Amino acid sequence: MNTITQLPQKFGAYGGQFVPETLMPALQELEQAHIQSQNDTAFKAVFDGLLQTYVGRPTPLSYAKRLSEHLGGAKIYLKREDLAHSGAHKINNALGQALLAKRMGKARVIAETGAGQHGVATATACALLGLDCVVYMGTVDMARQAPNVFRMRLLGAEVQAVDSGSKTLKDAINEAIRDWVTNVESTHYLLGSALGPHPYPTIVRDFQSVIGRETRQQITGAEERLPDTIVACVGGGSNAIGIFHDFIADEDIDLIGVEAGGEGVDSGKHAARFSAPEMGRPGVLHGSYTYVLQDKDGQIALTHSISAGLDYAAVGPEHTHLRELERAHYTYATDQETLEAFELLCELEGIIPALESAHAVAEAVKRAPQMSPDSIMVVNLSGRGDKDLDTVIQALDEEQNQ
Amino acid sequence: MSTPLEKIETAFEKGRPAFMPYFTLGYPDMETSIDIVQACAEAGADLMELGIPFSDPLADGPTIQHSTQVALEQGVNAASCLEAVRELRARGIEIPFMLMGYYNPILTYGLAEFVGAAAEAGANGFIIPDLPPEEAQEMLEHIEKHKLGISFLLSPNSEPERAKLVITASRGFTYLVSVIGITGEREALSEQLNQFITRTRQLSDKPLAVGFGISTPEQVQAVGSAADGVIVGSALIKAATDADDPVAAVSKMVGEMASALNTAEKV
Repeated sequence: MNTITQLPQKFGAYGGQFVPETLMPALQELEQAHIQSQNDTAFKAVFDGLLQTYVGRPTPLSYAKRLSEHLGGAKIYLKREDLAHSGAHKINNALGQALLAKRMGKARVIAETGAGQHGVATATACALLGLDCVVYMGTVDMARQAPNVFRMRLLGAEVQAVDSGSKTLKDAINEAIRDWVTNVESTHYLLGSALGPHPYPTIVRDFQSVIGRETRQQITGAEERLPDTIVACVGGGSNAIGIFHDFIADEDIDLIGVEAGGEGVDSGKHAARFSAPEMGRPGVLHGSYTYVLQDKDGQIALTHSISAGLDYAAVGPEHTHLRELERAHYTYATDQETLEAFELLCELEGIIPALESAHAVAEAVKRAPQMSPDSIMVVNLSGRGDKDLDTVIQALDEEQNQ
Repeated sequence: MSTPLEKIETAFEKGRPAFMPYFTLGYPDMETSIDIVQACAEAGADLMELGIPFSDPLADGPTIQHSTQVALEQGVNAASCLEAVRELRARGIEIPFMLMGYYNPILTYGLAEFVGAAAEAGANGFIIPDLPPEEAQEMLEHIEKHKLGISFLLSPNSEPERAKLVITASRGFTYLVSVIGITGEREALSEQLNQFITRTRQLSDKPLAVGFGISTPEQVQAVGSAADGVIVGSALIKAATDADDPVAAVSKMVGEMASALNTAEKV
């Protein structure tokens, strides 16, 4: 029998395993595989080797000199996950879990995707490791992230269009779970964010925590001290937990998560779980007890964001816990603020950020001027923006026509 | 007077396997669904599962998904489902009702409040597909207080240790999922189903009801030869969807399926 300690199922009161019984054996198997692999130096050597030679890690920490000077406050550094292979931090977790799938003898991998970044990362990892790959994606997201649909197909993945409900990430996850319930014995569900039933929030955090570890080393090298503030966007929250995790014990550092404010939290069209008290409260979605946007009857709310990757009704349970502890703080950026930050970063730094990551930049735009010039802020630039060009062109056109 | 839980148990003491239809409350509209439940009871159902709609029914196939979507569009919620139970009791329908729905709407209503209100309305128990026994401690306390039932789901891939947990936590009967998968009609049932039932029976002295994928009188009869109860859902929803008179169509199908169980031979 196995004597290894099980991972904690909850973060404070949040998390857990609210899933159909059919999935319980698979979640237990996955938990075991993860625990064993984390204690297996050979597994870690393979994973770390791929991160270095395939993903291109460590990703740089760039000093954003012109942006910092323009805002006139804190020195801003950008953690360049946009330079990771396949264009975002998602590859860290996709490779880790694809290796776990192989370890468990599962030759078929399924995934959900919103912006397409996790889908592309999963398709990439599956191509590299020779696994069959099916990606579920809402038809609304397929339309607004068309280049990523094409990328996934090029990489050999089958993209399954999801036309139910809001036709976005939430419904893609529903369909992926239904597939998993049906094919659980042959299939690994490669969940892309720090959400869902235990052990996913822990596994995803563990594979993404490389972002924070590198940041600590890099900022210490550049500034001989730790930053004052770390800012990251939060959809499910994997890039945020990835950069926060290594700094949670450093209580002087402000950890700031930025949700999607959409058309404003009063408009009802947003994905700001923590900033809309009439809609956002603890509930259960996709296997996890956490903050969920819902109506008075407990039906899951439709969300809106200019960025598909943040357009989701629930937040990862560890974020809810960190917020309750007041260890991390959560705010939001609207679509409009995000677009302005997007343009600013393009013009001042020569970096086209993903619209998701531009939410974090928008918070830097608000916050940096209020900080002293000797303070340091790190912004997690979780992905690059090539996939968003159509959306941005359309939004800027509409703006001009108004 | 017997408790709500005892009434569930009585449904399995009729000398033949219990026939246990599922129907979504509020489909195609609330009034018709109440008439359908009444017609099912009159056509030979021994117990009914009444679906409370949820926006993200991740254990359900397209047929039940569609029905819950239609119900939600008409504003059906947990409170109006309890109202439907009250109405059915007022009409003199006495068979046990299991309320079947996902956890979040129940959590939103309030666990203590919902269980209390369900007992008061005349419901007998609950089936919550995304609530495994580990997460159900608080719910179970309220259920015991009101002497109601709850059936947890057991899957063919559950290890014996989990099977024991699920059986022990269930009050009334245990719900065996016939296949690894979601709800919906299937042409053929798994050949391993009988083994699954036999294996589970060795661990359980409670009734075992089998659901998911059972859609014809022949399948009902076949499953009834090994199980204590047979659950049919999607096939009835589909019959209601396809018919001009959904009440008559569901009633006819329930009648055929219930009679098929009269001749089910216990193996």
